[in-house]
Amino acid sequence: MLCASGGLLAATALPGQPPGRAAAPRCRRRDPPFPGDPELSPDVLLADRIARRSLPAGRRAFLRRGRMPPAVGGGLAASELRARKGKAGPQAGIADRDETPTRNPKRLAQGPGCGGAAGRGALLALVTLLAFATRFHRLDQPPHICWDETHFGKMGSYYINRTFFFDVHPPLGKMLIGLAGYLSGYDGTFLFQKPGDKYEHHSYLGMRGFCACLGSLLIPLAYLTVEELSHSLPAALLTAALLTFDTGCLTLSQYILLDPILMFFIMAAMLSMVRYNSCTDRPFSAPWWFWLSLTGVNLAGALGVKFVGLFIILQVGWNTVSDLWGLLGDLSISLVTVGKHVAARVVCLILLPLALYTAMYAVHFTVLSKSGPGDGFFSSAFQARLSGNNLHNASIPEHLAYGSVITVKNLRMAMGYLHSHQHLYPEGVGARQQQVTTYLHKDFNNLWIIKKHNTVSDPLDPAYPVEFVRHGDIIRLEHRETSRNLHSHYHEAPLTRKHYQVTGYGINGTGDSNDFWRIEVVNRKFGNRIKVLRSRIRFIHLVTGCVLGCSGKALPKWGWEQLEVTCTPYLKDTLNSIWNVEDHINPKLPNISLDVLQPGFPEIFLESHMVMIRGNNGLKPKDNEFTSKPWHWPINYQGLRFSGINDTDFRVYLLGNPVVWWLNLASVALYLLLGGVLAVAMRRGVCLPKELQGLSRVLLQGGGQLLLGWGLHYFPFFLMGRVLYFHHYFPAMLFSSMLTGLLWDSLLRLCAWRLGRGVHAVGILGLLLGTAYSFYLFHPLAYGMVGPLAQDPQSPMAGLRWLESWDF
Amino acid sequence: MWALLKRPVTVTADINVTGLALTAVALLSRLWRLTYPRAVVFDEVYYGQYISFYMKRIFFLDASGPPFGHMLLALGGYLGGFDGNFVWNRIGAEYSSNVPVWSLRLLPALAGAFTVPMAYQIVWELGFTHCAAMGAALLVLIENALITQSRLMLLESALIFFNLLAVLSYLKFSNFQKHRPFSLSWWFWLMLTGVACACAVGIKYMGFFTYLLVLTVASVHAWNLIGDQTLSHVRVFCHLLARAVALLVIPVVMYLLFFYIHLMLLCRSGPHDQIMSSAFQASLEGGLARITQGQPLEVAYGSQITLRNVFGKVMPCWLHSHQSTYPMIYENGRGSSHQQQVTCYPFKDVNNWWIVKDPGRHQLVVSNPPRPVRHGDIVQLVHGMTTRFLNTHDVAAPLSPHSQEVSCYVDYNISMPAQNLWRLDIVNRESDGEIWKTILSEVRLVHVNTSAILKLSGAHLPDWGFRQLEVVGEKPLRGYHESMVWNVEEHRYGQSQEQKERELELHTPTQIDISRNLSFMARFSELQWRMLTVKAEDSEHKYSSTPLDWVTLDTNIAYWLHPKTSAQIHLLGNLVIWASASLATLVYTLLFFWYLLRRRRNIHDLPDDAWLRWVSAGTLCAGGWAVNYLPFFLMEKTLFLYHYLPALTFQILLLPVVLQHISEHLCRSQLQRSLFSALVVAWYSSACHMFNMLRPLTYGDRSLSPSELMALRWKDSWDILIRKY
Repeated sequence: MLCASGGLLAATALPGQPPGRAAAPRCRRRDPPFPGDPELSPDVLLADRIARRSLPAGRRAFLRRGRMPPAVGGGLAASELRARKGKAGPQAGIADRDETPTRNPKRLAQGPGCGGAAGRGALLALVTLLAFATRFHRLDQPPHICWDETHFGKMGSYYINRTFFFDVHPPLGKMLIGLAGYLSGYDGTFLFQKPGDKYEHHSYLGMRGFCACLGSLLIPLAYLTVEELSHSLPAALLTAALLTFDTGCLTLSQYILLDPILMFFIMAAMLSMVRYNSCTDRPFSAPWWFWLSLTGVNLAGALGVKFVGLFIILQVGWNTVSDLWGLLGDLSISLVTVGKHVAARVVCLILLPLALYTAMYAVHFTVLSKSGPGDGFFSSAFQARLSGNNLHNASIPEHLAYGSVITVKNLRMAMGYLHSHQHLYPEGVGARQQQVTTYLHKDFNNLWIIKKHNTVSDPLDPAYPVEFVRHGDIIRLEHRETSRNLHSHYHEAPLTRKHYQVTGYGINGTGDSNDFWRIEVVNRKFGNRIKVLRSRIRFIHLVTGCVLGCSGKALPKWGWEQLEVTCTPYLKDTLNSIWNVEDHINPKLPNISLDVLQPGFPEIFLESHMVMIRGNNGLKPKDNEFTSKPWHWPINYQGLRFSGINDTDFRVYLLGNPVVWWLNLASVALYLLLGGVLAVAMRRGVCLPKELQGLSRVLLQGGGQLLLGWGLHYFPFFLMGRVLYFHHYFPAMLFSSMLTGLLWDSLLRLCAWRLGRGVHAVGILGLLLGTAYSFYLFHPLAYGMVGPLAQDPQSPMAGLRWLESWDF
Repeated sequence: MWALLKRPVTVTADINVTGLALTAVALLSRLWRLTYPRAVVFDEVYYGQYISFYMKRIFFLDASGPPFGHMLLALGGYLGGFDGNFVWNRIGAEYSSNVPVWSLRLLPALAGAFTVPMAYQIVWELGFTHCAAMGAALLVLIENALITQSRLMLLESALIFFNLLAVLSYLKFSNFQKHRPFSLSWWFWLMLTGVACACAVGIKYMGFFTYLLVLTVASVHAWNLIGDQTLSHVRVFCHLLARAVALLVIPVVMYLLFFYIHLMLLCRSGPHDQIMSSAFQASLEGGLARITQGQPLEVAYGSQITLRNVFGKVMPCWLHSHQSTYPMIYENGRGSSHQQQVTCYPFKDVNNWWIVKDPGRHQLVVSNPPRPVRHGDIVQLVHGMTTRFLNTHDVAAPLSPHSQEVSCYVDYNISMPAQNLWRLDIVNRESDGEIWKTILSEVRLVHVNTSAILKLSGAHLPDWGFRQLEVVGEKPLRGYHESMVWNVEEHRYGQSQEQKERELELHTPTQIDISRNLSFMARFSELQWRMLTVKAEDSEHKYSSTPLDWVTLDTNIAYWLHPKTSAQIHLLGNLVIWASASLATLVYTLLFFWYLLRRRRNIHDLPDDAWLRWVSAGTLCAGGWAVNYLPFFLMEKTLFLYHYLPALTFQILLLPVVLQHISEHLCRSQLQRSLFSALVVAWYSSACHMFNMLRPLTYGDRSLSPSELMALRWKDSWDILIRKY
């Protein structure tokens, strides 16, 4: 801490002006800022400051200059934009642009060439070092599976073993975990069965280390972002301290989880966007391209880890649109140039991320080539790709003909095959006829024969020519084992009362007109014939006009807990009523290899997205369960238990450092208040003192961006119907911590302007020490605790259970 | 005084004959043969039952929306002298003679009729020509779907009416803002905006979207006002204050008022009581109140009580036990304690009675004076009919193996000691005191030995448990949940020493009389909370549709079919209007962005005032369409075509705006303009023709032959009913 505060003293003074410049006439707002600022060495300034301290008259002068820099710095890009937007006219714009080249070399040479750069570099290194030290401390503890490690560790292993699996998140995060494991010598043999299982001899530190590494990098990223937005080292330092000393971020970074990876990409995208924003005065220069495309790359990364990455895409999108809007309004820029700008953004922020995102999936599908636990979630055609699956390398006839023996699979995942068996519906459940259900496993009772509705003759008789089944044909489906026809009638279905019952009816294939179904192909791009695996078909009952479907409800014991099949009178295109043909036996037709039917990359790409979206929507909270609500999060209402329950266990509890979190919460409110007052005051034309103009610009523009980020990563959760967890808030928490850093620095500067400069240094130092002390108090939450629970006065956490809802 | 003598007293009245004529025609179209069909049509079956409840003043809970709309419908019934005696159970059922069909359908029809002149006024206030305003009104007039919807006891027409009223009064207000701020009319229209918004929200939650739109527009205007430096600070502050009062305070107050009237009117208990808390039920006449009135307030040692679970989502139920024991071995092979079952039972039963016992004494009667039980006290609960003790132990519960089994202790002499001490934890002791009170106190029962909490797991036991709900003991690991909280519902001081007498006592109902009044705010917040959280069962409906079907009118709803002929009523829009309104929205959006981008490059295609008009018309009309339509994509409930009607109304208003714009700004010569006008006339005639063709399905007054019906089925997805003879 001592070092940090030493740096801090230097830092507070840093954004000053060279004394030589002091005499220069006060520049107008649109004038170019002092190019020399950043080069100042802290020592010079400190000296300057100390020297001035004895001069009461000089104090004002210093203060004025001392406060000025954020304005100049923060507005470096912005001040130009303002000039363009404002009524300054084309001349000013041209003048501005004329000056840019002269400024470039200095900025490029940059930043701060000599002493300042070293100071800053050292500070950054210190911050990074501290971050790594906190994140890597006791990384190997506990040596058992914690919480979701059981999922993501397992998925990492799947990549190493190349077995196919299904998850609701995009693949990048898990691929990286797998890669980290692979590189660190983990062989993929650990089962990751359930939380609490010991790792024993398996090497897990590589994966944890990778996550911790990305988690540590969050802090320098946040530091640099805030520094870029506010041009104030204390603000950046405060942000870094808030994040370093937050037990929640720390806990979340220490395990094999997707969150550190996701947050890393979000923050990296934010930093590149902010950096790119400060390059807007030199469009199409190398750094401009670099940061723009880096933003795109990081966006792809964020989206590739979790769909939550969409929010940062929205933020970057908003930033880009307002940027382009500004350019369009600048009449000194020709339309061609504007077009170039648009094209550059389209390429870097849309095409590049899309290409990367698609590439991720290409790698994903290439790596996972073996059949595994995820097969059942995908369509039959998809499964044919996976080696080890029984559809792989199989060969069956391509088009359905009368007399074919087939299995029919429901298109909705995990619904299974159309099935029937000897047993009847019990007394009182519709008509007492043979049950028809869907069954998840392969079985002889899944086999059905397609017959013409009006002839009884055996179509397999070699005397008859082959006749293919076509879209719109009226058919009969005969169950092969029991020779009963698929049948429906106006009795209510066993569970879904509004639907009709489906039964097996008739003896040896002779039934009645209720056995007739019209077969329809939904996707008719393969022609009117019915193609195995690929054609999506519906069966429409001829008499009642209802559609054969699976309701997805499990029948009671009499139905062997298989799923209910009904005939639904509501002709809606839901997947429940769409089927495809999987196995197909017809001796009269030539077999073809299924490889021909394998879907191409675009199709599997789309299909896997559909499955993921459905999987996400399927994660609904159950009625009687405790669920985390979004309003719980910012107030740190309840944590998440990572490991251990009893007093003898090694317990880790994911909970934000309450001091940090409540400070963040208060800061958001304070920011809204202050921002509102400032905005209204400026709108009313109140003439702010020069010193405040810079501050208000930093607050409104830099702070606005951070507030937008916080809102975008937080409020959409209120609309989500799926199960939510506390850790969903962490990306928003990063933004709110950055806002806190920026806000308190500005506030203290404001106070310092009125009360004297000491206030600023003391305030920042106080905040830093306060967070550090609270971290000292709460660190057992993250690093793990053994011994009595917090109710017990013996416990290290005694007296720290400030809210009753925290259960550690 | 002199003036009176000098000049004759004259009254000059400007009468907009066009407006009057439009109103008259609109009334005609909406009120014509209003009582036909004299049968329950579609959702009348749903709203009708609430009208009956209002007439009989019986409490009900309808999660579909706030009560103002229902009250409006009920007002019609009240004016017509409806006594509420009609069984609303089947669409198509004939109304009996005591149902005043005309007055019940009158208010929605009037609301529907007045939307026509309001459409005229809105377009006029937006600054467009009389001709465009007429066009808007005439389009609304012949929109079949709007007519159908407003001729029945349904809420959409009233919702649309208040939506338009809010927009219209805001427009009037902002026109007054320009020259006469703080005048009487200024205040009037400002207040009316707030009131109309509140009414719209009060009819359906959907009205909130229009309210948001008005608020957004108002805040943009306020922001401009703040920027107006010719006004003094004080004046700006007054402006903002007036807006805040009218647009924020008034709606909130009105909304509360609706609930206040609702709760005032509905004072008797009814079929939906059970969803509400015991305290709420006790505030209604009859029902639980009849049972609980006059119960002793404070639970004492020896009290006989029933315990109701506070979590109402599964179903209301009471802690219950009966002679049967848990099966020795469950179906999945796990073992049980084989002790007496404890469940939660959704019906009133004598086996729901428990006696609170002091562990230190043997008595099961209340001493004199009674010793009340307090927060933190240790008690035993004795099941009244079997005198066994409520017990839990480290045995897995039947269906939730991670929780403890709860039983009534049976001593099998197998070294499994009784663990029947419970600590009383009053959750709401801050508001309702430390003493355990009937109905008011929400308590948790914490097991002393294992610190497990008595909890309703929500699972149904299999047949051996008579399909009652499972009760378990759960370790308090995951914080507070309502399913762990119980309250005393029925209560009396036990008097009988002997078990036989006691059983007799348990069978007699409790009676005495005190009323326990809950404050309005408490009742309001509970009712509102239940309305928002009650889960509507996920029902499929034959005529449900998705938002994408609406724009292109790919769906319809069959409302009613004549029992004998094939006269039928459908919710089916005027296809010409729907298609052109959607097209107009598209054209508007494209033109808007085109102009916007060009203005940014300093190319002004439109003069400034025309541009402002264009923008404000777009904000209100296209914006109104968007806010009333797009949110449906996020909703998971069952959606119907009539949900689109508010959005459609706004979209129709946009149509003449776009037409006038094209004629004024895009037609370059007089010839083009004339041609365009001719086109518009032709198009309008086709809309009229369409209206005329669909009229039999809108009014249901004429029985069509199957071939005529087939001819009307323009889209395959339309479901028009054709009788098979």
